[in-house]
Amino acid sequence: MSKLVQALNSARVRGWLYQALFVSGTLAVGWYLVSNTLTNLGKRGVATGFGFLKREAGFEIGESLLTYAASDTYLKALVVGLLNTLTVSAGAVILASILGVAVGVARLSSNWMVGRFAAVFVETVRNVPLLLQLVVWYTIMNRLPSPREAIEVLPHIFLSNRGLKYPVFVEHAGHGWAFLALLLGIAGAIAVVRYGRRHREATGKPFPTLPAALTSIVLPPVVVFLASGAPFAFDVPVMAGFNFEGGSSVSPEFTALLIGLSVYTAGFIAEIVRSGILAVPHGQTEAGLALGLSPAKILRLIILPQALRVIVPPLTSQYLNLTKNSSLAVAIGYPDLVSVTNTSANQTGQVVEAVAMMMVVYLVISLAIAGFMNWYNRKVALVTR
Amino acid sequence: MSKDNPSQPSAAWAASYEEEPSQAGVPPSPGGMTALKPFGWAKDNLFNSRLNTVLTLICLAILWFAVPPVVSWVLLDATWTGSSEACREAVGACWSVIVVKHRLIFFGTYPFDEQWRPFLACGLFVAMLGVSGVRAFWRPWLVGAWALVLVGMGVLMWGGVLGLTHVPNDKWGGLPITLMLSVFAIALAFPLSILLALGRQSSLPAIRSICVGFIELMRGVPLVSVLFMASVMFPLFLPEGVTIDKLLRALAGLTLFTAAYLAEAVRGGLQAIPRGQYEAADALGLGYWQKTWLIVLPQALRIVIPPIVNQFISCFKDTSLVTIVGLYDLLTAATVATTDPEWRPFFAEVYVFAGLVFWIFCFSMSRYSQWLERMANRYNRR
Repeated sequence: MSKLVQALNSARVRGWLYQALFVSGTLAVGWYLVSNTLTNLGKRGVATGFGFLKREAGFEIGESLLTYAASDTYLKALVVGLLNTLTVSAGAVILASILGVAVGVARLSSNWMVGRFAAVFVETVRNVPLLLQLVVWYTIMNRLPSPREAIEVLPHIFLSNRGLKYPVFVEHAGHGWAFLALLLGIAGAIAVVRYGRRHREATGKPFPTLPAALTSIVLPPVVVFLASGAPFAFDVPVMAGFNFEGGSSVSPEFTALLIGLSVYTAGFIAEIVRSGILAVPHGQTEAGLALGLSPAKILRLIILPQALRVIVPPLTSQYLNLTKNSSLAVAIGYPDLVSVTNTSANQTGQVVEAVAMMMVVYLVISLAIAGFMNWYNRKVALVTR
Repeated sequence: MSKDNPSQPSAAWAASYEEEPSQAGVPPSPGGMTALKPFGWAKDNLFNSRLNTVLTLICLAILWFAVPPVVSWVLLDATWTGSSEACREAVGACWSVIVVKHRLIFFGTYPFDEQWRPFLACGLFVAMLGVSGVRAFWRPWLVGAWALVLVGMGVLMWGGVLGLTHVPNDKWGGLPITLMLSVFAIALAFPLSILLALGRQSSLPAIRSICVGFIELMRGVPLVSVLFMASVMFPLFLPEGVTIDKLLRALAGLTLFTAAYLAEAVRGGLQAIPRGQYEAADALGLGYWQKTWLIVLPQALRIVIPPIVNQFISCFKDTSLVTIVGLYDLLTAATVATTDPEWRPFFAEVYVFAGLVFWIFCFSMSRYSQWLERMANRYNRR
């Protein structure tokens, strides 16, 4: 008896006991829910399992990167949805970063008026729900004039209630080769930058890194492009009957989602950029000046590396938020992953599998971005003694 | 780009005068002597370099082209009363759509003659929010007062007692839904988040990994998917014959989601407590719960008040997503108001109005949270 009491008083034994209780409690609740679900599904006559993925989906998807038809499988429909999510997120990440950095820097401008403009922008977009903003953008897109009275935003770029219509290059083998040359050029530029740094560290002499890298990026694609006969034909959208012919287009849903996500996230990115720059003490700038560095070099070599250390972690989580927020597409009818999953679940009744798959996909995206963030954090973390 | 163009600085000064009162939290501009030397101030803050002069001129041009049309749309040419025909003839905003539809936007499909009840409930609620903002009232009775107000709100909304007619909650809509969902979600998520945060910091691996798993799962997926799960899967989870209504399902989803984010905020607070505090509690011979309850949480929770307010703001904005699972919140009500054929052209006014309601709540709370943070920092600096 006393041995038992002694054992119960030991922190280790009690720890095991608590854990065992907690785990078995969790398992019991989980089992209860699962068994209820199975019973309920059984009553409704829904077969469980992922067999439905191979069946014919039977619904159309408005826009798709792959060729997709209603006769394709559910699996393909879901892949199309995932690609749509990734497309709109990637586009919005780029736009939001550009706009966010610009607004964040503008908020710190020594020009009072520019600062106020930026502040009003930030406080407006951050304090109104994203969904409301999306609905507004979508309503605006829908109530634009018809293609016949389309607004020509820039030459040959038309905005109408059918979306954004823009010219594209007529496809030519030369483009592929030029793109390949560009990739090679970028790889070359990275090598040049590395060599330049090593050269400078070894000899103490400056190396013309920037011109060399730029040449490496620009020259190969231009040469390849010219060598392949400079195929420079545009496919320009032209009005024909009631709609445009030629060119390429994005749907109003995509445009609204892209604009809405970018503007909303830009408000948050602006604040992150601002606090990152403010986090670098002014003494750092002064020390740079005392060393005789030019303002551009101070920004590049002293301010930015320190500010980025503060900026990148919250920035990554904003990118993550943006990707998750793209799921609001379901409210305005853009066929993203959530919307396609929802349709599939409604049609097949296999809600559990569909929702589980959707969650797993988002989790994988999140974990991938989080993994990148941790890697970057380790890389730039302040090395202390 | 001549700097001595007399009209520009005075215009800038006029613009600055309009915006001045709104910038309570902004540090004073380097010019400082704003009121005394408008010209000197403008020279220092607007025209101090060639780039800034150009930027100022661009901004002024934007204002010059944007302000008159906006003002005439919002105020001068606007229609404030009357029918949709009057609106169609006018060139400005049609605020009469708000006059006609405000009951629908605020209270949704709640029975028209009973709408004083949700109005009173929202009023009570906002008053309570205001009271909670005063630090002198941060006493235990505040929790009791909140419980009382929430019960009062429930009685007002549901009715069925005290001679009030019963209104089932599928008739509720608009602002009360938005307010109640966000407050209940935060209030229910808060204790859960403390447990999750403690679990995540626990030294017991099984408990830690379950808590980490839950938190990362919830933070890794979009709220829309959690709401979908709540609305379609909760009915499957329950045994036969037990049903929970749509509002509660959405609330459960929102609560779990908020709890995960809140748990991370609380964890930040737990980690900010110096190690010595834990060791001192151990040295005093306090057990785990005593240590947590008496030493750790009182200090940790004080640190996390500003992040909790921020979480409340984002929860408040997120409640608009319940429209996707078919609940009738403020945003749904506004959208419904725009679909009336008679008032269809005036969607902009309705959305501006709904946006303004959200904005007023969120902006004032975010200003409040910034103020709290400044207060906390001042306290720490001493």
